[in-house]
Amino acid sequence: MTGFDFPPPAMPPGVDGLRAEVREFVADSQAAEGWRADSDFGSDWSASFSRALGARGWIGMTWPRQYGGHERSALERYVVIEELLAAGAPVYAHWVADRQSGPLLLRFGSEAQRRAILPRIAAGACYFAIGMSEPDSGSDLASVRTRAVRTGEGWRIDGTKVWTSNAHRSHYMIALCRTGPAGDSRHEGLSQFLIDLEGDGVRVSPIVNLAGKHDFNECVFEDVTIPADRLIGEEGDGWRQVTGELALERSGPERILSTFHLLAALVHAAGPEPEPRLAEAIGRLTAELYALRAMSLAVAGQLERGALPEVEAAIVKDMGTRFEAEVAETLRRALPLEPVSGDGGTANAPSLEAALGATLLGLPSFTLRGGTNEILRSIIARGLGVR
Amino acid sequence: MSDETLRLIEKTADDLFAAESAEARAALARGAWPERLWQTFADTGLAAAALPEEADGAGLAAGLAVLRAAGRHAAPLPVAETLIGRLLCHRAGVDAPSGLLTVCAPPSGAQAPQPAVREDGDSATLPRVPWARFASVLVAGAPGQGLAFVRPVDVVEGENLAHEPRDDVVVLGPPEGFASLPPAVDGFALMALARAAQLRGAMEQALAMSLTYAQERVQFGRPLARFQAIQHHLAEMAGEAAASGAAVDAAAQAGTPFAFAAAKARASQAAGTVARLAHQVHGAMGYTAEHDLHHWTRRLWAWRDEYGNEAHWWQVLGAEAARGGGAALWPAMVAAGGAASEGEGA
Repeated sequence: MTGFDFPPPAMPPGVDGLRAEVREFVADSQAAEGWRADSDFGSDWSASFSRALGARGWIGMTWPRQYGGHERSALERYVVIEELLAAGAPVYAHWVADRQSGPLLLRFGSEAQRRAILPRIAAGACYFAIGMSEPDSGSDLASVRTRAVRTGEGWRIDGTKVWTSNAHRSHYMIALCRTGPAGDSRHEGLSQFLIDLEGDGVRVSPIVNLAGKHDFNECVFEDVTIPADRLIGEEGDGWRQVTGELALERSGPERILSTFHLLAALVHAAGPEPEPRLAEAIGRLTAELYALRAMSLAVAGQLERGALPEVEAAIVKDMGTRFEAEVAETLRRALPLEPVSGDGGTANAPSLEAALGATLLGLPSFTLRGGTNEILRSIIARGLGVR
Repeated sequence: MSDETLRLIEKTADDLFAAESAEARAALARGAWPERLWQTFADTGLAAAALPEEADGAGLAAGLAVLRAAGRHAAPLPVAETLIGRLLCHRAGVDAPSGLLTVCAPPSGAQAPQPAVREDGDSATLPRVPWARFASVLVAGAPGQGLAFVRPVDVVEGENLAHEPRDDVVVLGPPEGFASLPPAVDGFALMALARAAQLRGAMEQALAMSLTYAQERVQFGRPLARFQAIQHHLAEMAGEAAASGAAVDAAAQAGTPFAFAAAKARASQAAGTVARLAHQVHGAMGYTAEHDLHHWTRRLWAWRDEYGNEAHWWQVLGAEAARGGGAALWPAMVAAGGAASEGEGA
């Protein structure tokens, strides 16, 4: 058969209760803390929210108990994170660590690394940055030039990582470095290292994005020396490891739900009996989200069975990120609405105009971060056997 | 029902339709009823697939798997009408009429009069009833109206863009039979879901043909499949087909009006994109009558508008979402998502 199936997974028993618990927790948190709902996982950083989530057992959910995990299924984790996103909760602080850095350490890290770090991640108290891109290596990740060279006691690293989200407020970075010749495949001679952003002497400086936010950083390694036990997995095995990490980075509901808060706002603004044109616009987005959520849930089901559904995840992320943009475009056309930046000049509640403005300034990154849509389509083509 | 049973049913349907659909299409083009394909189909017992297991069927998901196979091979039979017709009879608690059966299911809330559904009867023309020239006609009224078995006095032959019979049926007098349906049963929505499953199958075949062609056809010294622009067309087609399939599968599990609406909307929307890109990849070769591609693209163009096009279902979904309000949208989305807990699902 041609193409890809996304069969609905059988959900584990008790997920309805879990979902209800998350909804209650989030509602209470919002009432107490007053955070503004924004479904983009990267919108708001709150260490206190992350720690509260960790205390509930909702970070590192699938990991073994001995590392602070809770041995729940990937589908239970899916339910928790989609509820957090749909509610627009401030999840950014622990997001990367929970999604990919922790699982990477669990799979490839040493016992000492796992024992030292995973329980802190699961507690919502330890945050990670992704050290992949460089000034001359964007989509072409295999071309990274940051070098790690063996010294007597460990490794010396030189090079520059860029677009490193949250390096200024994270504890660690996992850096992909060249440790040997690239070989014919270009995928040899790469290794991953655990970098202590607070203690290793990496120079971190802000790169302000077009929205005026400090999210990105430039991270300069100049004779940064680290002990030997910071190597993650096998020397030279970095490409295989990073590919698995990327599959996790691309497979979640955060690639379809980033603008859900705007869709909910559109439905609210339309009122109970919208004119047919407006109903049609809402229905179009609703149908698309329905299909995307079914696909995203199916990917989680495949993860639960131990598969790494790289191609299926690429399909969901390609379509999902375009849908996220379409929500914002529909909102401005349908109501209509003029976006503003900042809080829209109002003292208290930020306006829908401001929420739209914030999203429009974030949109260009949605179809870039974690792999551009062009790269994703090439992955899909390869999955179809034509590349 | 186990996944294994479902796969077995789909494979049975797939093998059957793969073997005999081309010849049957030729027969239909000569105006003949494709009796041989129909007999084989009837002999397999697949006609009862959509019925619940307690009625010796295999459930809605199995019926949709049969329809997916029918769409994949452009099987020129009233498969959807047979499967859904029998399901409607079952839900109404009556025996399905013997012989060939078709369904006329007007949209709920339609302005058009639906006199044939009334017990006292009336004369009326039922427009564009699939396969009516060959079959006895079952009219599924809007929810709450019931099922009527009507006596056609005249059939004016017509067809859809894929040369499938779509006949105007003139009925007179009271129906031959009448049965009430539970209010939750919506014949129009069930037929829409059936068409969505057929669309999905047809999209998969259009993609498969495009993949094959792109790998065989050489231009500028290399296969079309080596060009990134073509690769991205193929990737988009795969995504559209997959999204439609995921929505249909989820809707089969959920079984709610919200889910049916989303599935047909998504599949109808995808059909146009997939047909357009399939032809773009195939170039002038695919635009000929001789090439087989049109058997699928014509069906995509026909089926996307039958039982509600994407705009119809967008309006239905949008109106429902708006009635619930912004805060209820997410819970509604989850409730209609279909993924059931083990032991709790159908």
